[in-house]
Amino acid sequence: MTKATAKSPWVVHFNCNSCNGCDIEFLACLTPMYDAERFGVVHVGNPKHADVLVVTGSVNHRNRRVLKNVYDQMPSPKVVVALGVCGATGGIFADCYNVLGGADQVIPVDVLVPGCPPRPEAILDGILKGVEILARKKIDTEVVPPEKTIKIVRPEPKPEPADESAKAVS
Amino acid sequence: MEKLIEILTSKHVMTASAAILAPVAGALIMGIDRKLTARMQGRLGPPLLQPFYDLFKLFGKEPIALHRPQIMYAVLHLVFMILVLILLMAGQDLLMILLVHAFSSICLILGAMSVRSPYSWLGSQRKILQILAYEPILLVLILAINLRDNSFLASKVMENTQPLLISMPLLFLAFVCVLAIELSKSPFDVATSHHAHQEIVKGLTLEYSGPFLGILEIAHFYEIAIFFGLIMCFWHTNIWIALLLESAVFVFLLVVDNAFSRLSAGWMVRYMWTVPLTLALANLIWLWS
Repeated sequence: MTKATAKSPWVVHFNCNSCNGCDIEFLACLTPMYDAERFGVVHVGNPKHADVLVVTGSVNHRNRRVLKNVYDQMPSPKVVVALGVCGATGGIFADCYNVLGGADQVIPVDVLVPGCPPRPEAILDGILKGVEILARKKIDTEVVPPEKTIKIVRPEPKPEPADESAKAVS
Repeated sequence: MEKLIEILTSKHVMTASAAILAPVAGALIMGIDRKLTARMQGRLGPPLLQPFYDLFKLFGKEPIALHRPQIMYAVLHLVFMILVLILLMAGQDLLMILLVHAFSSICLILGAMSVRSPYSWLGSQRKILQILAYEPILLVLILAINLRDNSFLASKVMENTQPLLISMPLLFLAFVCVLAIELSKSPFDVATSHHAHQEIVKGLTLEYSGPFLGILEIAHFYEIAIFFGLIMCFWHTNIWIALLLESAVFVFLLVVDNAFSRLSAGWMVRYMWTVPLTLALANLIWLWS
């Protein structure tokens, strides 16, 4: 079972806030030039079938819920590979008012692949590194996402009227 | 010793061993398929045993299902697919086998339709169109067999000394189109495909994950084995010619798969109801006269 898990990583790719550089390099891994399928990698479009989540780009307030949702839909064991400096720390966008940082702000990241963008060889190495971790993980290991304070830059939304009668009066 | 051979070659043991070996054969055919496809595209391709790795991995994953009926439909799909194989091995009524196979597909559709996911619904609607496209040709094939052998029984085809291909070459061509639909090969892979991320994501099997997807995979292995077995039945008198016929069809389907892009479901129904159905009907009329 462990051997089979290590030989059949199905990858789902999620673009958080990327400039598309990492995404194009990731797609280059699937071309005949690099041929990720020789390691059993299948690029699936559905997190429910995936074992490896590849995240590109920095996380912002808008897409953090989406990223968490995609991660939660994957059946365990699962690993996360963050591509590029944006996926690791937020990169050059780290200081933007809307950016939270890397993917590890929202979900537990197992492998970071540095570069801007990383080379396809490095991406393949990163995915295979993730597969090694995947083979060691058990189904029932509960992974708790890191509790990090999220800086809030927008004003709090106005509280809704408490009950129906209040709404009717206003 | 003689008694042992007698037991081993008895009908029930043969049927049981076929039911066990069929998914292995189906998975091997799929592995060769992926390897050959990769070589045609100038890639190295996955190992030959990749479908087995995928299957074992799926059974090691966390079981997530949306609700119980979904699991039931997946299991029923597999059970009726195995029943098709057993009925064929027992030489039963071909019309009944056709209906059991259709019911197996309908279980798959019901499973996909029992969840509220637009891609899953899209995939199942396209699967219904696929059934609509290939079912008339299979029916005409069975009617033609009835005309030739005066029986709907599968065992009667095996008893006839003349190969099926000689009396129905046009129907064989139509059957190859049906095979392309069943194996989800381009241009017919509209219902579910690993390659259609943007369009239907994964279609029919979208909402299945882990072991339940594994059950559907096993059913697909059975389906591959059954349909390749049917190809061999077109020349049942000589095993080598049957194998040659099978590999020729296999390579032809792979070339077509790699040369064509996915076309629309409406095109598929229009095509199947014109060219292959005309071929099949022409063959039927030829046998009639």
